[in-house]
Amino acid sequence: MSDTQKFGRYGGQYVPEALMPAIEELTDAYERYVLANEDGFMDEFRERLRDFGGRPTPLQYAEQLSDAYDTAVYLKREDLVHGGAHKLNNALGQVLLAKYMGKERIIAETGAGQHGTATAMAAAHLDMPCEIYMGRTDINRQRPNVFRMRLNGAEVNPVTVGRGTLKEAISETMRDWATTVETTHYVIGSVVGPAPFPHMVREFQSVISEEAREQIREQAGRLPDSVVACAGGGSNTMGAFAEFVDDAEVDLVAVEAGGSSLSVDEEAGVAPNSATLSTGDEGVLHGARTKLLQDSDGQIMESHSVSAGLDYAGVGPELAHLVDEGRVTPANVDDDAALEAFHRLSREEGIIPALETAHAFGYLHEHPDAVGDVTVINVSGRGDKDLETVVEETEKRDLDVDVDMSVFEGAAQEGV
Amino acid sequence: MANNPALGAVFERDEPAFVPYLAAGDPDYEASLEYVEALARGGADVIELGLPFSEPIAEGPTIQSAIVRALESGMTPDRYFEFVEDLDVDVPLVCMTYYNLIYQYGEGEGPRPFVEKAADVGLTGFVVPDLPAEEADPLRAACDEFDLDLVFIVAPTTRGERLDRMREQVSGYVYVQARLGTTGARDDVSDQTDESLARIDDWAVPKAVGFGIKEGDHAARIVRAGADGIIVGSALVDIVAEGHENGDSVETVADRLEAKARELKAGAVRGAAESAEADGD
Repeated sequence: MSDTQKFGRYGGQYVPEALMPAIEELTDAYERYVLANEDGFMDEFRERLRDFGGRPTPLQYAEQLSDAYDTAVYLKREDLVHGGAHKLNNALGQVLLAKYMGKERIIAETGAGQHGTATAMAAAHLDMPCEIYMGRTDINRQRPNVFRMRLNGAEVNPVTVGRGTLKEAISETMRDWATTVETTHYVIGSVVGPAPFPHMVREFQSVISEEAREQIREQAGRLPDSVVACAGGGSNTMGAFAEFVDDAEVDLVAVEAGGSSLSVDEEAGVAPNSATLSTGDEGVLHGARTKLLQDSDGQIMESHSVSAGLDYAGVGPELAHLVDEGRVTPANVDDDAALEAFHRLSREEGIIPALETAHAFGYLHEHPDAVGDVTVINVSGRGDKDLETVVEETEKRDLDVDVDMSVFEGAAQEGV
Repeated sequence: MANNPALGAVFERDEPAFVPYLAAGDPDYEASLEYVEALARGGADVIELGLPFSEPIAEGPTIQSAIVRALESGMTPDRYFEFVEDLDVDVPLVCMTYYNLIYQYGEGEGPRPFVEKAADVGLTGFVVPDLPAEEADPLRAACDEFDLDLVFIVAPTTRGERLDRMREQVSGYVYVQARLGTTGARDDVSDQTDESLARIDDWAVPKAVGFGIKEGDHAARIVRAGADGIIVGSALVDIVAEGHENGDSVETVADRLEAKARELKAGAVRGAAESAEADGD
């Protein structure tokens, strides 16, 4: 078994037999094109990331946050990647790889819509037909991204089973793939799924930490004491951590969605959080052995987060392994704290973060003493897509937010 | 090629095996008992009894809906084992489910507690659609320990080394997937079936073909192509679903299932007879 298959006890390939040949083909293509740069694949990928994607992204010193928390806070600005999130790094890599493999069609699942958007953009850029599966609940709370996917020529297929979120969208995309596997590549959106996906997605996303490591040494003259990133499936997390894993002096903190509570309602099959690393148990889902939110029978729980992009009952197997090894520290921030952090970063730094990203800033606010003297926080994406959710969720909560979220009546009256 | 004598005996008979599938607990526990028993009366030789998992990625919409109904009516692994004990049937039962449920069951790590319990209640083997041969060693070992069989699915895309690996691991029968995709009844029979059967022609284990079989004529066609048995799921689950939606009585739905089972079994037997004639027997 090759080293792209497992991370300690996690990972593997638990998929229907019909998909196994495609996974073997993908493993072979990954090892040749990505790891060995056959036909100059990685050179083309890096060039497209630069010219189409807008890399490298800056590492920005955050003055207000640094003053407020009495620590040097650096922001890795993945929100400035084309499309507004780190997701393009992976989507572009996989669509390009599919092209090298001679595939004719792209499918993908999406939760918050950022991965779907990135895949639709990459597919349009590389002239590949593209279909996106998205849960009905997520379609309702992430409408701007649905429009963006359609504008880029992708079909968006609503998934209505279950609660209509990411978990159901992944299952549905796997079903499509099982039918069309000979011509289609499934662009999995995070470091999850059967091998080699977790390894490959981490490889495409590791450009984040590769840049950040070099940038922080230039700007701060040293490695950071900590790197903090939000964690749903874990693609921005592994991207931000990858090149620091061997730097034992750098603490790696994965901040999950604490949702409304860390407790679970086993009777109802619901976990009101998405804190898989903090509270999950080992199991097998969507092709990999990893940590999961599940009941005592092994049925997968419905998860919850105010942030659609973190709302997933599983997590990448490599993250689960690094947590078990003590290399990554899991933490969690609840919905309220994430919303407060969303407003705080918008107001104090002029950056409107994705709700996913806001969890990382919620952690900084709650644990300023834990991040050391120099910290890098991964701004995984921008929050334009979340504005409707934020307005709605802020209004119905009693939050410590000094902002008027009502519509400006004067403009409407004057017909402006 | 079978660990379990009861399952082995089915394929030693001189006729093709009819292997129907239903999800245990669909649409509820009591009705489901009646439905499974109706299949046995209709001529089932082996019954694949689904243990519902919340994320059935290999299933199409028909069986996915059945699984949702069964879960909503309270089916769990422990209830499933009770269900098997409550069934009044005299045919081997094979548990079809996903690996997480097997892995999580009982005290201790790994699949052994589930397999031990399965043997205890009289199940004869397993089909686990998300467990390829590469990941199957622990379950294989537990099956060997308790004389149960582990059935693998050969897909139209399975070739080369993967076929060899599966050949080493499989026991009871091999489930030949007639077409690419997920489960679901179709209106025709795929030509991929012939190719798939040809690739495993020299395997010693019996070959049962599934995916898309809906009518007696399909069954006959599959058996003429060389199958030792036919597996039918969605066409039967459709009968349960329609009866449930229309509010038909349990007895009425059971009668329909029994009639459908007879049609499919008769089709398989006819296919064998036609095949024998063609061979000049």
